[in-house]
Amino acid sequence: MPSSLALTVARYRPERESEPSFQTYEIPFRKDWVVLDALNYVKDSLDGSLSFRWSCRMGVCGSCGMKVNGTPKLTCATFLADYAPGPVRVEPLDYFPVVRDLVVDLTDFVRKLKHVKPWIIRDEEKPPSEGEYLQTPEQLDTYKQFSMCINCMLCYSACPIYGLEPGFIGPAAVALAQRYNMDSRDQGAGERLKILSAHDGLWQCTFVGECTKVCPKHVDPAGAIQQYKLTAATHWIKSLLLPWGTR
Amino acid sequence: MSAEPHYTLYHPRWYRRRVSVWWWLRKWSYAGFVLRELTSVFVAFFAVVFLWQLWAVAQGPEAYTQFLARLKTPLFFVLDTVAFLFVLFHAVTWFNLTPKAMVVRLRGTRVPDAVIIGLNYAAWLVLSGAVAFVLLRA
Amino acid sequence: MERITPLLWLLFSAGGTVAALLFPVHLLLTGLAFPTGWLEAPSHGSLHRLMTHPVVGVYLFVLISLPLFHWAHRFRYTLYDGLQLTHLTALIAVLCYGAALLGTAMTAYLLWSIR
Repeated sequence: MPSSLALTVARYRPERESEPSFQTYEIPFRKDWVVLDALNYVKDSLDGSLSFRWSCRMGVCGSCGMKVNGTPKLTCATFLADYAPGPVRVEPLDYFPVVRDLVVDLTDFVRKLKHVKPWIIRDEEKPPSEGEYLQTPEQLDTYKQFSMCINCMLCYSACPIYGLEPGFIGPAAVALAQRYNMDSRDQGAGERLKILSAHDGLWQCTFVGECTKVCPKHVDPAGAIQQYKLTAATHWIKSLLLPWGTR
Repeated sequence: MSAEPHYTLYHPRWYRRRVSVWWWLRKWSYAGFVLRELTSVFVAFFAVVFLWQLWAVAQGPEAYTQFLARLKTPLFFVLDTVAFLFVLFHAVTWFNLTPKAMVVRLRGTRVPDAVIIGLNYAAWLVLSGAVAFVLLRA
Repeated sequence: MERITPLLWLLFSAGGTVAALLFPVHLLLTGLAFPTGWLEAPSHGSLHRLMTHPVVGVYLFVLISLPLFHWAHRFRYTLYDGLQLTHLTALIAVLCYGAALLGTAMTAYLLWSIR
């Protein structure tokens, strides 16, 4: 086991450069350290100007997504030991504008999440006096996987289609839409169909599958998209054959 | 974007990297994906060959014999072998991805992906056998 | 265009399934085994007899037409994404689906003329 490791970090300081550059730091190697620990060591002891996002440091908040040796990862869940003897290259997530160093702008992602109406939509709300909506474990099981998303944006960073077509609605947004579409309490599938079938909806997906590969929570957004393609296509056939009967 | 760094107070200039046309070479999985997509070219190639055979049979026995002779030439033999490998690659990747799009639920639980894939391969064997039986018996 | 996207995707899926299930055996026999003589090719007469059967006619139509649409859809996206030809998107779509339609029409014509 080496006693130190080279950490090569992407830097971008718009006040003094127009292009990103790389800076290498020598950090002590601890076998229980993750990349986030290394970045915090740099900021605490070597270079306080390094900017990056992090929060829970335990893989549930989705703040610390960055590229480690070219692959999008949660830096709080990526052990340095897996990359020893290094060097370890840390860069901001692809396909998002870089604000500074390792910090990217999230606006497009958040806008897309909101766009799919991620809330329970009902034709008529049940008044509280009538009690709760009941749901069996089997009904929960149909959408539970898609509810595990921590909005870390690794899937967007892995998706080449999102990189080529910024209008593409993206994996996490569709997984979120499916989380609600398949919730037994929800009645908004029709509304979301219009949104997802639009020009900047999900049809640009060509099932590369990288989003599912990098997802740290095993949400399987690629599966959500393919399932939804089938749902939308089935709905299209139904609307063709029974134009009066569909929602 | 000018070469000179530009910084407006409270509004930094974001950096947006252009996606290279060679994006698919940057990772093995991307290259594998493009290869998978290119199998469609060989699928189309063979659909055309089959159309050609249909035409040859419609024309008559000489055209049919000529069709078989053409396929025996080294060029076509190589093309057909390469096409065969790509079509196999298509079939394998297609079957492996089917359970992602078709989720079957029996009595509340999801049927495991492996079962769906297995059923696909079973259907593949049965249908291939049937086709071979018909064509070899003719 | 986006109104028919679900249809194009269905054609792509159906074509991909047909190609995956049936093309390997057909390619192996018609493309490799029969021409080389490794397995005896069916005679013209028996093949003609087979192809004039209405069920076989439908089978052949599906076998040729659907995989062509599968190619059209997939290849269109490969060109669009792989080579970033976003400015030619309409032309590529017309050429790809047009070619598939042409192949379908030719198949229908030949099957009709052969009966």
